[in-house]
Parts: sequence; C-alpha cells; structure tokens
Amino acid sequence: MTIPMISAADLHAILPEMFICCSAFALLMLDLFIDAKRRPLIHFLAVAVLAAAILLTVRDMAAGTSTAFGGMFIHDIAGDVLKIGIYAVTAFAFIYAKPYLIERGLFKSEFYVLALFGVLGMMLMISAGNLTVLYLGLELLALSSYGLVAMDRDNPLVSEAAIKYFVLGAIASGLLLYGMSMIYGATGSLQFDAIYAASGSTTSPMLFKLGVVFAVAGVAFKFGAAPFHMWLPDVYQGAPTAVTAYIASAPKMAAFAMAYRLLESAAGNSMADWVPLIAILSALSLLLGNLMALVQTSFKRLLAYSTISHVGFLFLGLLSADASGYAAAMFYALSYAITAVAAFGSLILLSHAGLDADDIDGFRGLWVRHPGYAFLILFVVASLAGVPPFLGFFAKLQVIVAALNAGYQWLALLAVICAVIGAFYYLKLIRVMFFEKPDSDISLINPDRHLRAAFVLNASALLLLGIFSNAILSWCLKAFPLA
Amino acid sequence: MGTHLPLLSTLIWLPILGGLITFLLGDRRIGSAKVFALLVTLATFLLSIKLYLGIDQSTAMMQFGEQLPWLPGFNINYSLGVDGISVALILLTTFTTVLVLMGSWSSIENRAHQYFAAMLVLEGLMVGVFCALDAVLFYIFFEGMLIPMFIIIGIWGGPRRIYASIKFFLYTFLGSVFMLIGLIYLYNKSGSFDLATWAKLPLNATEQMWLFFAFLAAFSVKVPMVPVHTWLPDAHVEAPTGGSVILAAIMLKIGGYGFLRFSLPIVPDASTEWAWLVILMSLIAVVYIGLVALVQEDMKKLIAYSSIAHMGFVTLASFIVFAMVREDGNLEGARLSLQGGMVQMISHGFISGAMFSCVGVLYDRMHSRMIKDYGGVINTMPWFAGFFVLFAMANAGLPGTSGFVGEFMVILAAFQSHPLIAFFAAFTLILGAAYTLWMVKRVVFGDIANRHVAELTDINAREAWMLGLFAAGVLALGVYPKPLVDLMDAPIAALVDHIVQTKL
Repeated sequence: MTIPMISAADLHAILPEMFICCSAFALLMLDLFIDAKRRPLIHFLAVAVLAAAILLTVRDMAAGTSTAFGGMFIHDIAGDVLKIGIYAVTAFAFIYAKPYLIERGLFKSEFYVLALFGVLGMMLMISAGNLTVLYLGLELLALSSYGLVAMDRDNPLVSEAAIKYFVLGAIASGLLLYGMSMIYGATGSLQFDAIYAASGSTTSPMLFKLGVVFAVAGVAFKFGAAPFHMWLPDVYQGAPTAVTAYIASAPKMAAFAMAYRLLESAAGNSMADWVPLIAILSALSLLLGNLMALVQTSFKRLLAYSTISHVGFLFLGLLSADASGYAAAMFYALSYAITAVAAFGSLILLSHAGLDADDIDGFRGLWVRHPGYAFLILFVVASLAGVPPFLGFFAKLQVIVAALNAGYQWLALLAVICAVIGAFYYLKLIRVMFFEKPDSDISLINPDRHLRAAFVLNASALLLLGIFSNAILSWCLKAFPLA
Repeated sequence: MGTHLPLLSTLIWLPILGGLITFLLGDRRIGSAKVFALLVTLATFLLSIKLYLGIDQSTAMMQFGEQLPWLPGFNINYSLGVDGISVALILLTTFTTVLVLMGSWSSIENRAHQYFAAMLVLEGLMVGVFCALDAVLFYIFFEGMLIPMFIIIGIWGGPRRIYASIKFFLYTFLGSVFMLIGLIYLYNKSGSFDLATWAKLPLNATEQMWLFFAFLAAFSVKVPMVPVHTWLPDAHVEAPTGGSVILAAIMLKIGGYGFLRFSLPIVPDASTEWAWLVILMSLIAVVYIGLVALVQEDMKKLIAYSSIAHMGFVTLASFIVFAMVREDGNLEGARLSLQGGMVQMISHGFISGAMFSCVGVLYDRMHSRMIKDYGGVINTMPWFAGFFVLFAMANAGLPGTSGFVGEFMVILAAFQSHPLIAFFAAFTLILGAAYTLWMVKRVVFGDIANRHVAELTDINAREAWMLGLFAAGVLALGVYPKPLVDLMDAPIAALVDHIVQTKL
C-alpha cells in the first residue's frame, strides 16, 4: 500500500483533533509560566477549549460519511454527534471537578491536560477507520485515565485502584491487539472496509472468528461488561470523585463507537458469530450489575455496579446489528453519559470541606435542608432507574425495541426484570434523601456557584431531554441511515 | 366546541405547571401556595366540565383530538383524545382532586406546599392517562404517576410509610414493565404505537395469549386483583388521607380503564379464552376479600379491603361480557355489564374517596385509625356521623345511593349468562353490608367509649363542604345515573361490537 500525500482536505477533517491536541499542549506550557494562585485560569481555559471544540465540530458537521488519510480517518455524523457529546460531558466533569480538587489539594493543571489528551484519544477511537488508529486512540485514552486515577498518589486506596486499572487495562489491550493481529492475519488488512470485504471470502475463517472473539473481549473490557468488569468498582471507588465523573461518563460514548467500528464496520459479515457473545455479555452484566448493586453501601461502588448493568442494557441495542439498533445503542450511550456525569456531580455537590459523601448516609435527609437539590438528585436517580418521563426511560425503551426486533425475547424480559431490581436500590437512595431525618445540622451542599449552576442545568436536562428526546434521537437515527 | 384552546393538553399541563409554581412559592408563602393550588384544581375542574358539555354523546369516536409528532423515528406521537368513558373518569379525577386539597388543608403540617404541588402533578398525570391514545404516552403517564405517589406516601405517611411506599412502587413497576414488553412487541409488529391501529391488528392465538398476560400483569396490580393486591392495604394505611383518597378513588380505576382500553379491544380472543381466570380472581376478591375485610381492626385497612372487593366487581363486569357475546350472542347483556362496571368505577371513586376522607377527619382529631379507640362518635359529632353513615350505606350498596346502581347492573347482567357467578357476586351485598355497617356500629353508635371521644368537636365548614360534595355525588349518581350511562353508552356499544369479532 502506498501512502498518499496529505492533502488540505485531510487536515481539514482532523481540525477538531488538532485543536484539542494543540490546546492541551498550550495549557501544559502555560502552567509553567503562571503561579499557583492563578491556576483557575487553566480551568476556565480548558472549559473554553471544549466549548470552542463544540463550535468547530458543529461548523463542519458531516453531511454523510467521508474519509481522510486514505481511509484511516472516518468523518461521519455518528462520530460528530458522539464528539459533541464527549466535549459537553467532559466540560461538565471539569466544572464539577474544580471545587473538589481545590479542597483536596489536587488542583493541578495536569488534571486538565490529561483529561484533554483523553478526549483526543476518544476522538481518535470514534473516527478510526483502521485498526491501528483505533488502538492508538484507545491507548491514549487509557494512559491518560491511568494517570488521572493515580493523581492522588499518597492515598493507598488510590494507588491500589490505579495499579489494578493499569494491569487489567494492559491485559485487555493485549487481548485486543492479539485479536487484531488475527483479524489482520485472516484478511490481510488493517482497514475496516477492506476487512469487511475480505472477511466473507477469507481462507481461514476460524482465525478470523477467533480474532473477533478477542475484539469483543476488548470492547467488553472497555465498557466494563461482566465478566470483564473487575476493574470497574475498584477504580470508581478508589479514584478521586472528580476523576470518576470523567472516566465514568465520556469514555462510554467512545466505547460505543469502538464497538460499532470493530463489530459492524470491520466484522459486520460475521454478525452471527458475535451477536450471541454480546447477548451473553449483556445478560451477565444485567444480572451481576444489578444483584451486586443491591448490597453496596458505598455510593460510588453502587454507581459502578449500576454502570455494569447499564452496559448490559446498551448491549441490547447491538443485538439487532442494524441501523435502528445502533441508533438505539448510541442514544443509550449518550443518555447514559449525561446521566452518569450528573450522578457523580451530585456526589461532589454533597461532599465538601474535605468530606466525601461516598457513604449513602451522606444523602440522609437532604430533602429537609435542600428540597430543590433533593428533587434534582431525584431526577438523576429516576433517569438511572429508567422511570418515565426521564431520559433514561427513552434509552431503555429503544434498546428493548432493538432486542425484541432481533428476536431476543428472553433477554428483553430479563432486562426489564433487572430494571425492577435496579429500581429497588435506586429507591433506597430516594428513601434516604427524602424519608429519613438528617444526622447533623450542617449544610450539606458544596457552596461553589459554578458547580451548583452546572448541576442544576445537568439534572434538569435529564427531564427536558427526556420529554424532548427527539432532539438527540433524530441525530442518532440520522447517523445510522436505514440501508 | 372551542378549537382554539387545546382543551385536553390544558387539562394535563395546567395542574402540572401549577404544581411547579406551588413548589416554587415555598414554605414562607404557605398560605398563598395553598390557595393557589386550590384555585388551579378548581380551574381544572371547571375546564373538565367544558369537556362534558362539549362532547358529542352520540358517537364512540375519539374527540377533542390533538396530535403532534413526538418521536417520529419510532412513530411515537403526542396524541390525545377522549370518548365518553374517558370523560367520566376525567371528571372524577378533577372533582376528587379539589376535594382532596380541601381535605388536606390543615392536616398536612410539614411542608404542605410540596404536598399540594405533588397532588397537582399527580392530577395532571392521571388526566393524561385517560386522554392518551398513544401507548408510549399512556405508559409514561401511567408510570410517571408512581413518583409523586411514592413521595406522598413516603414523606407524609404513617409509621411504616417507607415499607409501604417501596412496596407500592416495586409492585406497580414490576407489573408495568411486562406491559412495556407487550407494547414494544405490538410496535414491532405494527410499526405504530397507536391504540386504534392495534385494535384492528390481527394477532394469532399465541401472540394474543402472551399479550393478554402482559396486560394482566400491569393492570391486575393496579386494580388490584387477588393475589397481587397485598400492596394496597399497606399503601392505603400508611398514606396520608389525601393519598389514600387519590389511590382509591382514581388510581385503582386506571387498572380497570386499562382493561377496557388494552385487553378487551387488542386481544379479544385471548380475553375470551382466559376470561374464566379473571372472573375467578374477581369472585375471590369479592368473597374472600370481603371476609378479610370483616375482621380488620384498622378502619383504613377495612376500607382498603373493601376497595379490592368492589373493584373485583369491575373486573368481573369487564370479562363476563365475553361469555355473553361469544357464547350466547347476548349483546344487550354485555352492554349492561360493561355499563355496570363503569358505573361501579365512578361510584366507587366517590364512595371510597368519601370513606377515606371520613377516616381522615377522625384521624385529624384522634390520631388513631383503630376501631377500638372509637365508639359513640355520634354523640359528639352528629353531623359527621350523618355523613359517615350515608357513605357506609352507599358502600354497602343501599338503593338510592350510587353503590347500588353499578352492582345491580352487573349482577343483573351476570344472571343472564351464569346464575352461579351472579350468585357469588351477590355475596358482595351481604358481606359489604356486614363489614361496613359493623364498623359504623362500633365507631359511630353506642355510648361514648372514652375521654378522647367525649372531647371530639364536630366537622367545621370546610370539612362539611368536602363531605357534602362527596355526598352530592353519591346521591346524584344513585338517584339519577342516566347522564353518566348516556355519556358512556356509545363507546361501550362500540366496544361490545368490536369484541364480538375474532382477530384470529
């Protein structure tokens, strides 16, 4: 294969990526020249960078699918919508993070730089047209995340979480790389479209299938689907909450893109092989996530197990392996990311003056002191539980449509039963907030005004985007036009 | 008929927005918040009367229709419309909510504005259930109701409120997710969530059976039917008075309404096949739950069990029609039965609401619901006793009250097809009289039982208005039910004509 010349059009296609990359470097440099007192400037600049990236991506919104760099980079609607979602959710995570980091002496510009590099990694995963680019993006995200988790390095819990994350992440990368090498061996190409074309007539179908199995395992690890979920509760709990808010939300959207590119763009021909695997992963995640969440007392761990069950739901959308199914899964990824960042935002909202509201008891009696915030957190919890008319309900509705479409009645039934089990532990949270008396007289809410404003916006969006969910859904459907 | 104002949307959103404003008015302006909330419910009630005046009673068509695309990708529409059945239930909802707010005026002490706000939101959602013609919209209203009710029970309820509220939520949620699967199945089959389309959709026997049970899961919990009724006594007992009234008077009706809108028209053949099951469950509710009610010591629990028994009549009426139309071709009897079931729903709305309000009046004074703590109330509260006895008589099915009309129609219809079913159903008249009147005897009559009863004061003007309006409803319906029967006649006739035809 000859490497074609880089054209202006190629550079134009990766403008947002270049912008994020240069901004991250600029912030890193800037930090050297300002003193610690003025570090909030970095925070505001980082949020501004994300806002500008939204504008950039919106300006060059793809009308259809086009490629750059000889097919290495895909510019399509799905990618642009997911990127906008990532910028927005990351910006919320930044705003939530600031007061938390300042109170714990962790307010360093590295947080923003690493997170922005993580965003860059996600963007590459989303737009990858080639196994190498996908892997590069994935590793960029993973390395940034390891660094972020380990930020509070004097805390032994954090070090443990970081090491676990690193070791298990490395194994997963190895699995994925191994699978990629088999796919390459079977089809002779790294390019997704070429793999798709060659996979039908490959001389070694077993090798290809094995490669796909490893690829599915890699995807499952990134999502945190059972039985590849072991890292998730420890990392979510161990990492500083500000970091958890970031790694629990935006990367799910990138993981969806990775699943779509690997499974559909590359391995779409062997759908019959990977769909049953996804079904099993989905069933295991639903059961394990919900049952384990029942017995958690740490709120972060509870959210971690609830994430696993949400991944189970998201996988329902992949089962039908058609346009409407992918649209449903994408909608699920977007809505879950928005809800998850709000959930961790509520945790930061409730933990201040060095206290972590990690214990569910931290929510006790919130309604008595702050009825408004209690109702907003109720929105978040109801959206997680999938109660209409909140965003989470519409996401669940669509993935169940996809699962029934694919003929997986038993799995749809299991999913809704799990939703009821899930409702039980979400109700426990509402109960603690509304029906019990507070333990002490101190105000529970973090005083940071930006944090409060962002949370109000984020939580009310869960209701409004639920009622007006067509705003997101129509983009998801446009991203995967019916063949 | 004014077409410039979307009347149904106003009826849904006016209370919900009013609830939001009531919430924002806050604790410090509690007086104005309460007045505002009451005005909103009054306005909603007056608007719903406009609905009654405007509806064309000669047709079964859905009227006051509104349709907006909502999620075009999934063919989900914001589509509303009402027929006579819906209008009757909407009137019941808006009327009862006004009385609930009057009844809760001073009995809620802790953050009353939020309680009033929750009630308003609940009202809007309940009206929405009766207007929705799109299954997803229906489901959203149906499920959305759970959150305000959960909060009402959980915050303002009695000592075991947490247990009761969670049980209430989980039971209803579990039932309705099965329905959701059924709805999605129908969508995948028909490409639409429109109820009218589904009514015409041909379905084979297996599909109908599964769908029938999916609907049964949702609506039997809501009604509730034996054996999934156990959440109701807990929820009723622990809920504040207003919550109990709403639960008994309206929420249970949503289950009955669901059977009429989903099970009967969409899966008529499976409904025919499994009608025996529903009839059996209904008769168990009538007889067994009636006996259970007899031994209750808690007034609210007794009324809760009585509600289950009376709602058993509604489900009985809804499913016995299949025996009539399919086996005997008795369309007249089928209409009579469905009419009776609907009249029973409305009537039970008034009676159970009134009974719970009466218990609320007593509870506000004595802070006890136990029958044994009372006795001889008539000596200190003669006006109250008069109302209470009237409602008790209505609950027992005394002719001249609304309780008689519905039960009589259903038993009459049942006799035409299965005298044995009618025989068991008629037990309700005996048992209903026994448990209700025995309770009244122990609470109201006799000598003054203790010092607390001696200190009771009679109802004030507000309570008199509330109970008086309930009594007006009970008596009006009992003496002259014709307007209600006429209102629902056309849609019920159309429904009977529809279920005669097999979809196989």
